[in-house]
Amino acid sequence: MDAVMNFGEGIFGGIWPGVWALIKIVLIVAPLLLGVAYLTYFERKVIGFMQVRIGPNRVGPWGLIQPIADGLKLLMKEVIVPTGANKGIFIIAPMLALAPALAAWAVVPFTDTLVLANIDASLLYIMAITSMGVYGVILSGWASNSKYAFLGAMRSAAQMVSYEISMGFSLICVLMVSNSLNLVDIVNVQNQGRFAAMHLNFLSWNWLPLLPMFLVYLISGVAETNRAPFDVAEGESEIVAGFFVEYSGMAFAVFFLAEYANMILVSALTSLLFLGGWLSPVGFLPDGILWLFAKMAVILFLFLWFRATFPRYRYDQLMRLGWKVFVPVCLVWLVVVGCWMMSPLNIWK
Amino acid sequence: MDFQTLVFFFLAAILIFAALRVITARNPVHAALHLILAFFTCGGIWSLLQAEFLAIAIILVYVGAVMVLFLFVVMMLDINMDRIRQGFWNYLPLGALLGLLLVLEMGMVLGSKYFQVAAADAVVPAGISNTKAIGELMFTDYVYPFELASIVLLVGMIAAIVLTYRGPKKTKYTNPNQQVFIKAKDRIRVLQMPVEKD
Repeated sequence: MDAVMNFGEGIFGGIWPGVWALIKIVLIVAPLLLGVAYLTYFERKVIGFMQVRIGPNRVGPWGLIQPIADGLKLLMKEVIVPTGANKGIFIIAPMLALAPALAAWAVVPFTDTLVLANIDASLLYIMAITSMGVYGVILSGWASNSKYAFLGAMRSAAQMVSYEISMGFSLICVLMVSNSLNLVDIVNVQNQGRFAAMHLNFLSWNWLPLLPMFLVYLISGVAETNRAPFDVAEGESEIVAGFFVEYSGMAFAVFFLAEYANMILVSALTSLLFLGGWLSPVGFLPDGILWLFAKMAVILFLFLWFRATFPRYRYDQLMRLGWKVFVPVCLVWLVVVGCWMMSPLNIWK
Repeated sequence: MDFQTLVFFFLAAILIFAALRVITARNPVHAALHLILAFFTCGGIWSLLQAEFLAIAIILVYVGAVMVLFLFVVMMLDINMDRIRQGFWNYLPLGALLGLLLVLEMGMVLGSKYFQVAAADAVVPAGISNTKAIGELMFTDYVYPFELASIVLLVGMIAAIVLTYRGPKKTKYTNPNQQVFIKAKDRIRVLQMPVEKD
């Protein structure tokens, strides 16, 4: 490591810290985009098997090059700007959807030392940055000059704002018990307690004492990423493809990338906040980044499983779930956790 | 000029440009978008002052929630610019007076520091996070103003509901609560019938 740093300083001199930060960003974003590409492949395969089909199997062995072929195809296509569309905003909207999904990764820790920016308020930062993802959706709907796109944008704006509230409340419970806003600390706190002393670490992670919040967070995460069964913003059978109906070529692909990057982000956050991140589930195995990836893979599989299993929520049912079920559950559990922490039964000391 | 000052002037230039566009843009959606840009840049300037909690809070609250709903409303408005311009000269004296007052107030605040970029002199001692410091102050020294502010917000919420509530709905509507709790056996009955033989 020192050799690399010395070599870099020799070449770039004073601007080396900036270049080094750029290299680290590329090292996070490039595998992320590759992960996005193969998540689409994985999704088509998994849903294919669940529906007794084969899924993509033509390009490369087992269809493994399919995502690359899809990407190339979209790259070649023309980006059509509809008549009467607000051109500037029409072009900016996909970027506004993708940028927050990538920017949030700046503070996501992979192990207790492997993190791009280990800032104090990393959880707050993630909440703030991910809450901006909704602009890409709203603006694309408005700028497209299309009724369907506008309807999709309206639906998704209301949906994402509603589910952010329950998501925020479940995060408040997590930061109450871990007494920190730093994601590294939040994970490390999960490695202590009575069960951790018995080498059953997975029982001391946040998912068990905060089980209702874990479920609320997971389901709100699905709703927040506009995935089935909460995909009313796209709703193929109702409003064609919702907010990105007018997009073609790479502009469409960027929305696609944003959706899958958000899915990976939500799965990473769920693993970090509730499933102990890089911590090993049992005492005799070492901690490591592979555990984080395994947990993320399980949650991503859940996302795909939900999509293959559940029919789409109707809009009013979706709003009812967000406001009349999740918000009250969160408020009650917030008080329960508060009382629990003040009582002699407190397990988070 | 060190890097931090450079960043400050960069952000300040964007902020002033965005703020100007908020009042000069013809399209109300563009104006709202520039307001979002202004809030975001403002968050950047606050984080330069090491107030990271405030910086993130303005983005989380204003950019992430308030402006989304604001944009939502602005997009659905049908704005006729001619009709808005009609009252321009009638409202000008009042508007100019208010603007002058605001400029005076800002000048008094800024002038106390001789028009310099205020350095972050009230830095929290290292090791205590900004968020924790604000939380401690808010729930000890300033607990009554804090509770008062939350009551004002609650009153505002209730008032908004009261103002927009138009009495119970006269039309028939579906109750999603009943719908999701429905069981298949409430709707259909499977009968066992003996096979008819002749």
